[in-house]
This record gives sequence, C-alpha cells and structure tokens, in this order.
Amino acid sequence: MKRFVPLLITFIVGIIVLSSEFIPHKPFSSVNEGLENWFLIISGFAIILGQLSLIKVNSMKVADKAENWKFYLAGLIAFAVMLLCGILWGTQDAKGLLGNGDLIIAILGKKPFEYLFSNIYQHLSATMFALLAFFIASAAYRAFIVRSFESTLLMIAAVLVMLGRTSIGTSFTAWLPQQWKFLHLPNIADFIMNYPNNAAQRAIMISAALGIVGSSLRILLGIERSYLGGSD
Amino acid sequence: MSKTLIGILSFVVLFPVFLFSNPFFTAKDYSSDNGKAISLEWQLPNTFNELRIERIDSTNAWVKIANPAIDEQTYKDANEIEPDNRYSYRLIAFSPLQQDSLVLLSEAVAIAQWFDYRKLPLLILLLLVCGAVISYILSARSGKELYIRRINGLESMDEAVGRATEKGKPILFVPGIGDLDDMQTIAGLTILSQLAYKSAMYNAELIVPVSKSMVLSTAREVVKEAHLKAGRPDTYRADNVFYLTDDQFGFVAGIDGIMLREQPAANFFLGVFYAESLILAETGFATGAMQTAGTAQPHQLPFFVVACDYTLIGEELFAASAYLSKEPNQLGSLKGQDLSKLLIVLMILAGSIMEMLGYHWLKNILMLD
Repeated sequence: MKRFVPLLITFIVGIIVLSSEFIPHKPFSSVNEGLENWFLIISGFAIILGQLSLIKVNSMKVADKAENWKFYLAGLIAFAVMLLCGILWGTQDAKGLLGNGDLIIAILGKKPFEYLFSNIYQHLSATMFALLAFFIASAAYRAFIVRSFESTLLMIAAVLVMLGRTSIGTSFTAWLPQQWKFLHLPNIADFIMNYPNNAAQRAIMISAALGIVGSSLRILLGIERSYLGGSD
Repeated sequence: MSKTLIGILSFVVLFPVFLFSNPFFTAKDYSSDNGKAISLEWQLPNTFNELRIERIDSTNAWVKIANPAIDEQTYKDANEIEPDNRYSYRLIAFSPLQQDSLVLLSEAVAIAQWFDYRKLPLLILLLLVCGAVISYILSARSGKELYIRRINGLESMDEAVGRATEKGKPILFVPGIGDLDDMQTIAGLTILSQLAYKSAMYNAELIVPVSKSMVLSTAREVVKEAHLKAGRPDTYRADNVFYLTDDQFGFVAGIDGIMLREQPAANFFLGVFYAESLILAETGFATGAMQTAGTAQPHQLPFFVVACDYTLIGEELFAASAYLSKEPNQLGSLKGQDLSKLLIVLMILAGSIMEMLGYHWLKNILMLD
C-alpha cells in the first residue's frame, strides 16, 4: 500500500499531463498550470524543511566544537542577520515589521537587506564565478595534452577556434585572397562551431530526450521505483 | 444555341476571375487551439497601401487591434479571446492616393478543440517510441536475453565504494542544482539509491549536500530506504543528507569547502549542472578524489569529461538506474530506447536527403508551427 498509492498517483497524474499536451480543451488546457502552482506551494513549505536542516547541521557542528566550527558559526550568523534584516525592514517594495527603515536608508542608501545583498552577497558570488576562468585554464591545459589521435584532433580544433575568436588570429590569415576566404581563421572557427560541434550537441540532446521519454515511461508504468526509495 | 454556349463559356472563364479579384475578409476559429485565438484572412486589390484591423470590444466600440503590412494576408488574434464567445472584426483598407477606403466585416466564434491536430505527428512518434519501449519490456519479461553495452561510468560505482571503504573516507554525492521537476535530478536520485545501498553494505559514509528543499526530503527518503534494504538501518544518518543553499555559487562554495575539508575518496556529480560544473570537478580533481559525473546539459559535458574519471553523457544518465538494477523489465526499456534512437536516425537521414532533393513535406509535417 505504501508503494501502491504513490505509484497510482504518479500514473494518473502522468497520463493527465501527457494528454494535456494534445488536448487543448478545458480542463486539460489548465492542468499544467494548476500542477505547477501545486509544485510551487509544496516547495514553499519544503523551504522550511531546508532551513531547519541548515540550522540543525550547523548548530550541531558548533555545539560539538567540530573542526573549523567557526566557519559554521559564521554561516549561522550570516543566515540570522539576513533573515532579521528581511523581516524587520523588508525587501525591495515590501515593508518589514518595523516599516521601511527610512533612517537606515538615509545612512546606507538602501534597505539593510538590499545593502548586504548587493555589497556582500553579490561580490562573493562573483568571486566564486570568477574562479571559473582559472579552472578553465587548468582544465584546458590537461585536455590539450597530446596523448592520442583523438586528443590531437581536440587540440587542433581548440587552437583553431581560439585563434579564430581573437583579433591576432584574424590577422594571421587576413592576407589570404577573397577566393580563399574559407581558410580565414574566423571562418574555420565558425565552421567548427556551427557544424561538427552543433551536430554533436544535437546528438546528445536527442539521445537525452529519448532517455527522458524512456525514464518517464518506466516511472509511469511503475517499473522504476528507486526514487521512492526501493523496488520492493 | 451559339449565344447560350458563348454565355456559358463566358461564365466559366469570367466567374473565377471575378471571384478571385473580389476582395474578401473572413474571420474563423483558429484551428486546434484552446479557443483563445481567431484567425483572420483577407485578399485585397493592390490599390490600397494601408491596412487596419478592428474588433468590437465589450462596450460595443470598434477598437484597433493591428496594422498589418500591406503584403500580409493573414492575422492571428490571440488578444484576450475567450472560448465560446463571438467576435466581430472589420478590416479597413486605405488608399490615400485615390482618397478611398474599403471596409470589410466578418465575425467568428472561438471554440476550444478536443485535439490539437498540429501535434498529430508528435503523437504518432511518441506512440512509436513508447510502443518500442513497452514491446522490449514485454520481451524481456518473457525471458529473452538482452545485450546492453557496458557503461564504464556506472561500473565505477563498486570501485568508488571499495576505495572509500579502504581509505576510510566518505563518498560525496551531488544531485545538481535542479529541482524535482527536472528529470535529470530524478535520474540522479535513482543512482543515489543504488550508491546508498552499496555504501550501506560496506559501511562507507555517504555525504549528500543538496540545493533544493524538495530534493532534500526525497534524497533523505531514498538513502534511508537504501539502508533499510541493505539491512543496516543503524548506519543511516539523516544529517549526512543536508541542505546548503538554493544559490548557485553559494552551493558551489559549500561543496568546495566540504571537498577540501573532508577529502572524499569519491565524488559523484549526477543531475543538473550549469556554470558550477567545472568549479566542482576541478576542486574534486585537486583533492585527488575519484570522480564520476553525468548530466544532459551539452554545454557542461566537456568540463566533466576533462576533469572527471568517468562521465555519463546525456542518455547514459537516464539509463543508469536500469543498468545498475539489472532487472529485465528495466533493461528491456533501454533496448526500446535504442530502437527509438534508430528510428530518429533514419528520420534525420530521410529528412536530410529529402531536403536536398527539394521535397519539404517531411520537414513540414514535423514542424509544430
């Protein structure tokens, strides 16, 4: 029974959603919208669960004085400060319990929540994103090491695309006459990106789409039950 | 007699000319929709150089809805149309040079249809794919042996668990930053079930940080059930499946921290990943962990291929659960998928050849709009 009811609900809802794709008449036309709203409502409640998990895990580390417990404490303080700022003085146009905090706005220029968001959070987020530049360089270095025929091809294609996307690369082949323009580095780079690269990406997308159909069918038919915790 | 004959011939020749040179304007229900659009069609002599379409609103006043270009002959009105309501339209054609204008009237009722005929080819394709999958499932149930190619990324799971057990280090599983409404996340969680079962069997610690609250509750349930199935409910630790943050780079920062502090023996990145893919994979590489990744995001796959030991590419992620379970039912569905893939390849080839030869009907029937 514990398995049967979720499987039955999954099957019925799945068939309704699938049918709504082909039946534009009501009530099918509004089914997707309704289910999306349900999802939003449920995930709204689930956020509380996530926050509780966050507080519990971090508090335990602090209480147990686990290794690097100060970082967990910093996380908890940051969480509490942002939460309080949002509750007390609101966010954007929404008022908080203490109104908009006009006095604080006069000093900081923004609501406390937005001030922290744009002056701390956004910079930290950008810092993490910026790491990508260095990681791309180190990953590319490893990828371009010539070890086999395939890696040699990869390296040649990568060098051509990189040169084709830079001004110095353009100047290397700019002297070639117009009738040889297909050999201009930007054109070669465009060719590699538009044809072999695009073809491979579409192949992955088509096979992934078929994989999604197969997985959905397994779930609808109740063959795939791992997401419910097991197959029994 | 001859006069009658001439009369009939004149009618036969001139009537079509009269018919087609006459301006017309028709409004009709937009076909195969939910009753939220009206289709307008017209034909006018080329003496006019400005068009305006108006509709009667709820106060019985004519309101302009569009100024189509002079060479256009159709318009789809989807602006605040409700099913089963009648809508009146007029087309006003202006000719400033001749200081003349023409007004044509028409009306139509918007009707919601019970089947979208434009999607009929899509339905047929879907039925073919589903039919192939179901037929192979039935064939597998009847006991037929099915060959499924080896997927190295999935074979690595035993190696990862063994390595973690030997080193006494944890296994890190990241189900991506997608929510439960994404099939990739569900595919990741089905693999988590198998991994949690194996780690419970060998008593290896499994850490699962998640970025969505809904995924948290599902992942906890999956890991708990896996421990129960393995007969080790005592080793289940709910706090090892925990929520970090919904924010993309906050989540990355948290996981990077875990990787550097805990030094997991093996990392699994299976689910939806965007710009964080390489940051995670490179940090994991730097810690020396054995890494397996899988996603259906084509733009992130190169990063995983470079930085991970094994990568599940696109469909392999969705096939993982069936592959690992070794159940005939599930393996049958994989064979069905392969047959569908063959069908798609044949259609692509046929479509390409037909387009090159100038026949466009296959492309046209597969286009939704």
